[in-house]
Amino acid sequence: MGLTSRSAAEIYTVRLQRGVAARWREWGELAIQGLLLFAAMVSVFTTLGIVAVLVVEAIPFFQQVSLVEFLTDPQWTPLFAQKHFGILPLVAGTFLTSAVALALAMPVGLLSAIYLSEYAPVRVRAILKPALEVLAGIPTVVYGYFALLFVTPLLKRVVPDLETFNALSAGLTMGVMIIPLISSLSEDALYAVPSSLREAAYALGATRLEVALRVVIPAALSGIVASFILAASRAVGETMIVAIAAGQRPILTLDPRRAIETMTAYIVQVSLGDTPHGTLEFRTIFAVGLVLFLLTLVFNLIALRIIERYREVYR
Amino acid sequence: MEEIVLETQNLTVYYNGRPAIEGISLRIPRRRITAIIGPSGCGKSTLLRCFNRMNDLIPSARVTGRVLFEGVDLYGPDVDVVEVRRRIGMVFQKPNPFPKSIYENVAFGPRIQGIRDRRKLDEIVERCLRAAALWDEVKDKLHQNALTLSGGQQQRLCIARALATEPEVLLMDEPASALDPIATMKIEDLMRELAREYTIVIVTHNMQQAARVSDYTAFMLAGEDRVGRLIEFGPTQQIFTRPRDRRTEDYITGRFG
Repeated sequence: MGLTSRSAAEIYTVRLQRGVAARWREWGELAIQGLLLFAAMVSVFTTLGIVAVLVVEAIPFFQQVSLVEFLTDPQWTPLFAQKHFGILPLVAGTFLTSAVALALAMPVGLLSAIYLSEYAPVRVRAILKPALEVLAGIPTVVYGYFALLFVTPLLKRVVPDLETFNALSAGLTMGVMIIPLISSLSEDALYAVPSSLREAAYALGATRLEVALRVVIPAALSGIVASFILAASRAVGETMIVAIAAGQRPILTLDPRRAIETMTAYIVQVSLGDTPHGTLEFRTIFAVGLVLFLLTLVFNLIALRIIERYREVYR
Repeated sequence: MEEIVLETQNLTVYYNGRPAIEGISLRIPRRRITAIIGPSGCGKSTLLRCFNRMNDLIPSARVTGRVLFEGVDLYGPDVDVVEVRRRIGMVFQKPNPFPKSIYENVAFGPRIQGIRDRRKLDEIVERCLRAAALWDEVKDKLHQNALTLSGGQQQRLCIARALATEPEVLLMDEPASALDPIATMKIEDLMRELAREYTIVIVTHNMQQAARVSDYTAFMLAGEDRVGRLIEFGPTQQIFTRPRDRRTEDYITGRFG
């Protein structure tokens, strides 16, 4: 008896030791973990790389052009004989098209979100929501030609003195493109408001509209504002529509009927043109790109902060 | 004989064409606390939600029979649902204050009725918070977010909010089931206090609570067909000491449910 029990114990200890298969398994685990880490780091390092390139290329630019001139000169003519390097016209163009886009997309996007979340019957919502999100899947180059060849001629009938390339048409089309972004994110925020709050309001004699305006929207406000800011960031960074339909004339104006040039459109113009690499003219796009990056970064950070706060509102 | 405020006549509620409660005829006396008891799924809440037409919010719900409030059929053609809900207030199972300030929670009802005058609102807020036995605890922080209050305080705030529309009836759907025993006791004391002025209908599955606070008790039960029916209604003392129906006796003595 004593002998058999000892041998059983021996077998048991043998089985506890790691064999070849177990070692392979451990290596496998490590390899998988490394692969996953690598995948996660790709986008981080790419972002860092882009920022590094922007900064490194922008430094020689700012050695030749003072920051004061860059930020205050009202003219942007780096490709002409009489060179001026004031980014204001490009910033104004970007803000003009973005403002037009947001003026359309914020009310329409929010109203459609309210309809989908508070009014639409379940079946209508199930059809409308994905349909609206399809708008986001249309390539922006299509929107660009749509703006130039369809929206602009249409607007020319009602808006006098509208130039062929203009901020209005590009902005409105960009607004249509942004609507699904706002409506989808806002609808998520509205829909996440607990139904117990709606019930409480109804039980106090509130009408549907009062429930939506006084309870649901305030409770979802930070989510809605975050969607607006993300949309603004999207509008500022949008390239194709403005490059095609808004023009390539960097003038300092706030008149949406005129041709302007946005920061993004300028970068396209120089990248695709015959400006020699390494020249001051070419380096302008890195300076402009840096400004653009900082702008959208600030927008996204603000949106993140607001979304974080909004998580605490009702829990 | 008691004065009757609410009365149901042969009330049946269908969800998706299937009855959830059937043939309920019940009379709720004025300035009394009426408890509706019964096991889960017997349709207590469904019945309660007929009294302020909250079932309207469920698209698949259909109601037959009559619900009379002061003699007027609440489901009649000319009835204004908004007015019904102002005069018949409701407190829910889980405290559900709005994520606004304590003040704005109570002022919500008066505001949607169009009251803008600040002094009038101040007066309503103070009176309702006092009536809900919450004033002393919150008078120095009226503009703090209501969600900073404890669960029991939140529920009393919800009661104050319901009182601010000056209802005649308060419907309470298991108002203490999410609260600890001390907060529950406060709510029950408050209910006794409020019953001097208001008619209260409370749904509870806590029989001790029904026995402690209510004047009248309705016992509901769903049979094999899962359709809730009213088994017995009477003064609470009689229901708990000399029930007429065998099933009531079984339930209150804990033999099923």
